[in-house]
Amino acid sequence: MLSYIIRRLLYAIPILVGVSLATFVLFYAVTPPEQIARKNISAKNPTPEQLKTWLKEHGYDRPLPEQFKKHMTEVMLFKFGKSDATGEQIWTIIGERWKPSFMVASLVFFAGLLTEVSFAVFVAYFRGTYIDIWGTFLFVLLMSISYMVYLIAGQFLLGKVLKYWPLAGFQEGLTGWKFVMMPMVVGVISGLGYGVRLYRTFVLEEIGQDYVRTARAKGVPEQQVLFRHVLKNAAIPMLTSVVSVLPTLLMGSLLLESFFGIPGLGGMTVDAINSQDFAIVRAMVFLGSFLYIIGLILTDISYALVDPRVRLE
Amino acid sequence: MPPLLSNLIPLAILAALVFGVARAGRQPLWAEAYRRLRRNRMALISLVVIGVYGGIAMLDSIGWNDSRSAPYKSVLDRLCERPKERTYSAPLAKMTTAEPTLHPLKARHLLGTDGVGDDVLYLTLKGCRTALLLGGLTSLIATPLALAFGMLAGYFGRRVDDAVQYVYSVLASIPSILLLVALMMVMGRGLIQLCIALGVTSWVGLCRLSRGETLKHRDREYVRAARALGLGHGRILVRHILPNLMPVVIISVTLGLSNLVLAEAILSYLQLGVPPGVGSWGNMIDGARLELAREPVIWWNLLSASTALFILVLAFNLFGDALRDAIDPRLRTS
Repeated sequence: MLSYIIRRLLYAIPILVGVSLATFVLFYAVTPPEQIARKNISAKNPTPEQLKTWLKEHGYDRPLPEQFKKHMTEVMLFKFGKSDATGEQIWTIIGERWKPSFMVASLVFFAGLLTEVSFAVFVAYFRGTYIDIWGTFLFVLLMSISYMVYLIAGQFLLGKVLKYWPLAGFQEGLTGWKFVMMPMVVGVISGLGYGVRLYRTFVLEEIGQDYVRTARAKGVPEQQVLFRHVLKNAAIPMLTSVVSVLPTLLMGSLLLESFFGIPGLGGMTVDAINSQDFAIVRAMVFLGSFLYIIGLILTDISYALVDPRVRLE
Repeated sequence: MPPLLSNLIPLAILAALVFGVARAGRQPLWAEAYRRLRRNRMALISLVVIGVYGGIAMLDSIGWNDSRSAPYKSVLDRLCERPKERTYSAPLAKMTTAEPTLHPLKARHLLGTDGVGDDVLYLTLKGCRTALLLGGLTSLIATPLALAFGMLAGYFGRRVDDAVQYVYSVLASIPSILLLVALMMVMGRGLIQLCIALGVTSWVGLCRLSRGETLKHRDREYVRAARALGLGHGRILVRHILPNLMPVVIISVTLGLSNLVLAEAILSYLQLGVPPGVGSWGNMIDGARLELAREPVIWWNLLSASTALFILVLAFNLFGDALRDAIDPRLRTS
């Protein structure tokens, strides 16, 4: 097991190198640094000296191969440097902003998981009946609505029309619960269609198995069959799809945070996009890839831990 | 491009589609799938809906200038253009709204008007073309790329396979929204750039799929027979394995079209979508955010654009699912 983990981590390194190469090509080589400097210096028509000092500060004035070497070593060591727009250290910003992201993203995720699994089991219990057919159709319907429409309409209906919770904003600690409610509700409902369809497939796969037929033949009540036998086995693929997403919870959802004014990493990325702050966008791309790869490794490990039939070679 | 030439392109696309479907209809696999589809009422309705959207898009693609100095007007423009009002007005209203002093309207607007006075129904119809163009062009870019890489990786194996897997692992591990954003920031806004960016982020799925299918087919008897007869690799790939991949490809493309059309709305919010001059549902939905905050609430813009988007995406989803079940129910993975 340990050798497998080490091998996977080693294999992840060339992938990360590839990712940082891709970001380098995208950002450095295609946009000349003068353009970036012009955008970020507050003076209207910066003098050549101002341009030069800015470029020097942010390390854009060296020849391209040297910038490339510097970029690769820094990024592999996770030294993200300073933001182009504000000049702050990017790690400081990340340190301040990851907690709201993680809080909101985990809430949305786990509340969503609970709701989706419940619906999936409910629909699978009534499989073949009208509840199943209309339920599946309803979830395809939910899947077809654009995420933006969920966000806009959700914020409008819940915040302005029904006035349940404040429209946007954030507060640390337990008193800030009312700011988190709307993103949570909107986030859960928007993911419902896709999630229920996915989990319903897992449950249905288990229900068709022989051991379920045996349990029913032995006279086990249907409720017990579902919850004690089917759910436990369906939890294996569910678990793997859950675990793969866990690290990305740290990053937060870009749109959700931006819409509801949550001061998290996702909102920071959206601001960086709007202000063309390449340094932050580069850093978030790399961080995102790293977390995704960790998620994949965790998925494989959890699969091996949970399912005794799986052996990692 | 002179209007005559640019009018031939949509007609050529239509002709190619009709020809392709007619030829496929003669093969037993597709004929059987068609028979099964005919019995599914939902699928037929979805197909009709997609056809209607396609027809509207086609109407908008064909047009001409009335004279040298007149602006380009498409068939849709000539049929549906309504006079421009001063500002917002509610559906079927007689006066404008959200103004300090209300003014009477010049004409009836079925779905109201937006901030600059354009008829909302007209804007929505114009958005059909953008959405279908986006989905179609992106698929046209991404599908051959994905197929080529996937088949090469599956067929030749070893080094080629490793290389292709490395490339798509790198691409897949970058969060897609961020990759889209990065590409758009670098390339700038525009329909073609958007299609390229969406193509780059969406080809990985089809590549994995075609690689898997090619692996399955590589060791089948008919491929071995072709090798024994002395056929070259290229010929085997294109004339023997590729037609067997077609069902999977078509299903994947149909279901992917719905995701592409949905993605456009999200990109418009990030100011990275289609430029504001080109009518699109994403731009309408994005503009609706501020409109909902006004007093009185301006809801018809959002409702119209999101309903049009919803119906198209639903039609693609339902038809894609039905197509997959009609071709081979074993392909169901979700």
